[in-house]
Amino acid sequence: MATSPDVQTLIGQKYDAGFVTDIEQESLPPGLTEDTVRFVSAKKGEPQWMLDWRLKAFERWQQMKEPNWAHVHYPKIDYQAISYYAAPKSSKDRPQSLDDVDPKLIETYNKLGIPLEEQKMLAGVAVDVVFDSVSVHTTFKDKLAAAGVIFCSFSEAVREHPELVKRYLGSVVPQHDNYFAALNSAVFSDGSFVYIPKNTRCPMELSTYFRMNAMNTGQFERTLIIADTGSYVSYLEGCTAPQRDENQLHAAVVELIALDDAEIKYSTVQNWYPGDEEGRGGIYNFVTKRGDCRGRNSKISWTQVETGSAITWKYPSCVLKGENSVGEFYSVALANHRQQADTGTKMIHIGRNTRSTIVSKGISAGKGQNAYRGLVRIARSAEGARNYTQCDSLLMGDQCGAHTFPYVEVKNSSAQVEHEASTSKISDDQLFYLRSRGISNEDAVNLIVNGFCKQVFKELPMEFAVEAQKLLSISLEGAVG
Amino acid sequence: MLKIENLHVEVEGKPILRGINLEVPAGQVHAIMGPNGSGKSTLAHVIAGKPGYTVTQGSVSFNGTDLLGLEPEARAGEGVFLAFQYPLEIPGVNNVYMLKAALNGIRKYRGLPEMDAVQFLNLVKEKTKILGLKESLLNRPVNQGFSGGEKKRNEVFQMSVLEPKLAVLDETDSGLDIDALRIVAEGVNQLRSPERAFLVVTHYQRLLDYIVPDVVHVLAQGRIVKSGPRELALELEERGYDWLLPSAVA
Repeated sequence: MATSPDVQTLIGQKYDAGFVTDIEQESLPPGLTEDTVRFVSAKKGEPQWMLDWRLKAFERWQQMKEPNWAHVHYPKIDYQAISYYAAPKSSKDRPQSLDDVDPKLIETYNKLGIPLEEQKMLAGVAVDVVFDSVSVHTTFKDKLAAAGVIFCSFSEAVREHPELVKRYLGSVVPQHDNYFAALNSAVFSDGSFVYIPKNTRCPMELSTYFRMNAMNTGQFERTLIIADTGSYVSYLEGCTAPQRDENQLHAAVVELIALDDAEIKYSTVQNWYPGDEEGRGGIYNFVTKRGDCRGRNSKISWTQVETGSAITWKYPSCVLKGENSVGEFYSVALANHRQQADTGTKMIHIGRNTRSTIVSKGISAGKGQNAYRGLVRIARSAEGARNYTQCDSLLMGDQCGAHTFPYVEVKNSSAQVEHEASTSKISDDQLFYLRSRGISNEDAVNLIVNGFCKQVFKELPMEFAVEAQKLLSISLEGAVG
Repeated sequence: MLKIENLHVEVEGKPILRGINLEVPAGQVHAIMGPNGSGKSTLAHVIAGKPGYTVTQGSVSFNGTDLLGLEPEARAGEGVFLAFQYPLEIPGVNNVYMLKAALNGIRKYRGLPEMDAVQFLNLVKEKTKILGLKESLLNRPVNQGFSGGEKKRNEVFQMSVLEPKLAVLDETDSGLDIDALRIVAEGVNQLRSPERAFLVVTHYQRLLDYIVPDVVHVLAQGRIVKSGPRELALELEERGYDWLLPSAVA
């Protein structure tokens, strides 16, 4: 993924949409008022209905309180100190070359085998080399268009496909769902929009990585994916290379809708900057992700590998409305150094014979704190619903923590709910055993960690899985011994 | 091959080994016997490089190389193998996969090219046949859910694949019934060769009926108090250890 040479050629492409470059000069001063919301909307040339939607969200946000139930600790966020129109940094404010970038970051890029030009892009270096605009991008667009798949930026979708956006936006994650979702609804910057038409199997895996507009819109990203009747799509988010971002607070919203017999597979590798060893400067990742299995026999599957961010607050969930619908959640979450992760899922069973599977693997190292928080709710209507939850924690060292907060609510006596949990520690004896066989300390740790995560890795698309393994081993370097 | 001189070892300030002198030439099998707490396992661990032991005096050399200065994985690279008294369980890690990583780690240490999957699997098949090991054990997580006998047999299986120059067997017979004992011993005997040495730590002379040693050493209170031929083991069985213990304990 990250090492694809094709990407190199993409990064040099000029933006088609003129406004993207126009805003280069403008940036909003910090602060959040109704005017901020109007400004953001106007900048994007949005129609009135979109602005009204944002304003309504803003009104609701103002009446809400920041939640404090998560098992994470961070200094209070001053929402008036954030700039809500994060125009891309002008070239002169950026690092001028890789020499100006944190050498540790470069070291990691090299270990991951990321080409030089791509390193520059990821590190936010002012890139002015223009490559011949090649074809990958176009072929890719052509292929999707031929299948009738819509894959574009959220702003473009608002302009080009207002009917779809109006119909589905906020239908899975309501504006007032939670504090961060409300904030996102008011000021979201951009994001991705996907529509897969009826009885269509999306001809390729869709990745945000190929949509260059998505760069630098990370702060308040909005994603909406609709799989119409009988369709299938696999969507990849993120990339294994650690991404630098000037914005500390990230509050994204992702909504998935699967209609009758449709399937959405959503895979994430999240590797935002976790901060230094003391946790300084890391990203706060407060994300709301939810999938709606609206149709009969529909299926939504979340797979995530979370290794970055200083704080992760994220619960990709499934609402299983359609009869026989299936929800899945496979997760590896790593908290090293001072990282804190509170992550898990919600499986809301509403339809008859709905099934869900949760496999969560938490790794804590250094002074990291890792919490699994999961809700399984079986509604009265969910006759014959089944859930299986497996929740394992692996500890490395004696200064980290693993916590499990499972919530189970069952209102239908025909349901079957299983919960398995385990906590283990990589012991010095295990390491010595492997080392005495000729395996280096580092390889021994990797062997154990990969064995622990295997169940989740096998759910990832092949190339993502290989990179995720590599990423974990780099993130854990020096964590033991 | 293995040469231990005046080895003193402490654990958390408490002396365990108090001046061990031992030489095991290539091609020989030496048995270490002795009462509980005499330091037998400590000796085995120190040779393999287990952390937690402090060597206060003396040396351990292996074919002229100072072993004490090497990490455990480098000692394996030099050709040292320890069969554990209590083999560890490693959940999620496939037994054969681990062994392949080990073999290639050792080959890398010796500057040899890595063995590919096909070559490796052929080697494994051959060895399982020789040891009468159930193939189903190969693809299970390392030692997880193995019976006591299966764990010990797995140790001998690993040893036969890694083909060490010096194998240290730490009470490999403990917890084995007589049939398992015979199978494990056969596995060891098949590996006996003029280039290979064995150090067999055991409580009971029973194992030595199957693995016949060249020399038997008695370890007591951190020292080797007597060495002798194979018959010494039989005498120990009859008379116990008391007659060998120094009357005054330091």
